[in-house]
Amino acid sequence: MTDPVREDDLHAYVDGALPEARRLDVEAWLAAHPEDAARVQAWAGQNQALHAAFDGVLNEPLPIDLVRAARRRPVRAPWRAMAAALALAASGLIGYGIGLREDQPLPVPLHFARDAAIAHAVFSPEARHPVEVDAAHAAHLVNWLSKRVGTQLKAPEFGALGFELLGGRLLADESGPVAQFMYQDAGGHRVTLYVRRAVTGNRETAFRHVTENGVEVFYWIDRDFGYALSGQIAHQDMQKLADAAYRQMMGG
Amino acid sequence: MRLNPKPDLIEHLPRLRRYARALTGDVVRADDLVQDTFERALARLDLWQPGSDLRAWLFTLMHNLFVNQLRTRRPQDTALDEALDIPVSGGQMEALTARDMHAALVRLPDEQREVILLVGLEQFSYAEAAQVLGVPIGTIMSRLARARERMRHMLAGAPAVQLKVVK
Repeated sequence: MTDPVREDDLHAYVDGALPEARRLDVEAWLAAHPEDAARVQAWAGQNQALHAAFDGVLNEPLPIDLVRAARRRPVRAPWRAMAAALALAASGLIGYGIGLREDQPLPVPLHFARDAAIAHAVFSPEARHPVEVDAAHAAHLVNWLSKRVGTQLKAPEFGALGFELLGGRLLADESGPVAQFMYQDAGGHRVTLYVRRAVTGNRETAFRHVTENGVEVFYWIDRDFGYALSGQIAHQDMQKLADAAYRQMMGG
Repeated sequence: MRLNPKPDLIEHLPRLRRYARALTGDVVRADDLVQDTFERALARLDLWQPGSDLRAWLFTLMHNLFVNQLRTRRPQDTALDEALDIPVSGGQMEALTARDMHAALVRLPDEQREVILLVGLEQFSYAEAAQVLGVPIGTIMSRLARARERMRHMLAGAPAVQLKVVK
């Protein structure tokens, strides 16, 4: 004899919070109680409508004040090692938001690498929604991002180095849309490739490297586009991935 | 190997912004709330237990700040009273628009709005939502039930119990 289905069960059903056996009880109940089924359907619709109304906020450019507020740390013993970084922060060299200019603009490539590092720090830890479009729809993802960024992109292959494409998302910065591809290895480590249209007037730059708040960024600019690979894995592994990305993107 | 084991609050920024936006219905007020939350968090980082859920802790701080703001807000700041007589939508069956959702949210009592957003939008478990709001799970369930039913009536165009019928 199963417990009668209560109001709380109906909500837990909508929120995916029921164990499998109980979920089946509720489904059987709903099949026989159309009024409850209609309510449950309406509540599920509310959840969807909330996401439709507010998920866009997740991909908005981050206001610089908020990026700074998140990164400002009081100096005390455990943070001694960061004192140098804090000194830089105080001088305004750290703390760029995605897509927001500093009072005194930095050279574009450095600004670009910093935006890429912030985007990596924001999205790579996401457990539930690390990407907007997953790798199962890789062709769609690449076309979708290509259309918005304004060039035919391709997602580099890192399979030989142990990293598989997880998916991607569309971001924005001051130069317009930005594509972020995310990769993951068997250990759950993630790296991201950030691609955006470069500000006009850039000459081709060589391969460069910078470390931003613990995130390593290898970046280069080729004609109209800038590419940055970010990660928090061993330096030599980052280097191999970056070399592979560079060769594949330039070779195409 | 992570090179930076210190908690980086920035990874929580997009979600805190999303929640604050939905909670306040206002871009500027929402971002101010996020900023205050980070300032408080950094000032009290010693109180956060490493290994515990940083996201839930940040949402707790934001909830406390939000409640404090409500207490100090003057009554005339809430323009919601007039809004109560306006139906959100005509009761059609088409998909809910973002505008319908904003209008319905603003008409929920703050404590119900918090719960429906934490559970329905931010996908906190009931236990986590209870922790964030500092209330028992039973309270979460009753607020959630009231919020969803009230919203269902609003979005269906039918009057909720406390609302006037408008033709």
